[in-house]
Amino acid sequence: MTSLPLADMGKIFAERRERAAESAARRVERERRLADAIAAWLGKDLVKREAFRDQQVIFVPLERLHETLAHCKNALGFDQLTDVTAYDTMKLEGDHPERFVMVYILTNLGQEARLRVKAYVPEDDPTVPTAHGLWVGADFPEREVYDMFGIEFPGHPNLKRLLLPEGYVGFPLRKDYPLRGRGERDNFPVVPRTRKATYE
Amino acid sequence: MGLEDWLGNDFISTRIKDLLAWGRKNSLWPMPFGTACCAIELMATMSSRYDMARFGAEVVRFSPRQSDLLIVGGRVTLKMMPVLQRIWEQMPEPKWAISMGACASCGGVFDTYTMIQGVDQFIPIDVYIPGCPPRPENLIDAVRLIQDKVGKTEIQKLIDERTGIDNLARLESMDRRRAEEVKS
Repeated sequence: MTSLPLADMGKIFAERRERAAESAARRVERERRLADAIAAWLGKDLVKREAFRDQQVIFVPLERLHETLAHCKNALGFDQLTDVTAYDTMKLEGDHPERFVMVYILTNLGQEARLRVKAYVPEDDPTVPTAHGLWVGADFPEREVYDMFGIEFPGHPNLKRLLLPEGYVGFPLRKDYPLRGRGERDNFPVVPRTRKATYE
Repeated sequence: MGLEDWLGNDFISTRIKDLLAWGRKNSLWPMPFGTACCAIELMATMSSRYDMARFGAEVVRFSPRQSDLLIVGGRVTLKMMPVLQRIWEQMPEPKWAISMGACASCGGVFDTYTMIQGVDQFIPIDVYIPGCPPRPENLIDAVRLIQDKVGKTEIQKLIDERTGIDNLARLESMDRRRAEEVKS
């Protein structure tokens, strides 16, 4: 078995780290350019733009959400829907115009770029057009969002609870839902040790 | 003493019900209800290193209709509790249950809306095992406690109690009906 001298190993690893850093920088640049393109396409409709650790986030108005997702898929090559989720801001900590935020995480497999498209969803009418027509993979994650936040997706083919049992009342990932629930975990029939069976 | 004195050492005398209890306690058929890491310890207990077969409880049945010992190992959620109850009800009498580990016994660290805080609220449990997860030795200890309990239980009385059927009265009633049929 042959082995390289330690000095050479150090050099090889240093080169590798350098290459990885360069590739990451190139990816960040690509992602920034793609986000620029969407921002330019949206024009004055762009709500907000953020970058968290160089990850690009685009806030769009809810009316243009579906259109934006279609544009991302068809014109910019975001061919994979990685995840659909949401969060409840409760309008705390910062300047949130509405309570819920809908999040679509997209991946461009050709350019190895990721993007998050977000939209504020009002509390009194939490409806978001489904992305099922663009990516079939939106089926389960949108059901999960409905399950946990009560956001409805008109046009979704099978919008019912995914994780919680049928007939569950309430949406537990809303921040005003009590952590220990509303007594549903104590609400089962008790199977007694002795049974009262009747015999003629 | 007694019969053995004049029959010799090749014979023992006992009561039929004690013989049955001895057989029953040394051939428990567990039904594993493993939903979390306790199930891994359960598997370890069944496999060769700890070898539950030494205590006669190695025939793990995944059908509740063929088992008499339910081992609830792991977290039980809101959605799983009706399933667990149904499994318990499908098991034929006489039957016993072990609640294995902190989660099954009291919810463990999962004090949230979806987690049952102790399955003993809704199904009867005979032996609790502490630990997170318990070691195989703890499970073996629990099975031996169950064995003690089975050995001391008068099965017919237990079945009568649990099912609420007085079997003697049932037999008498059957005799009466048969007599009426014969008469008519």
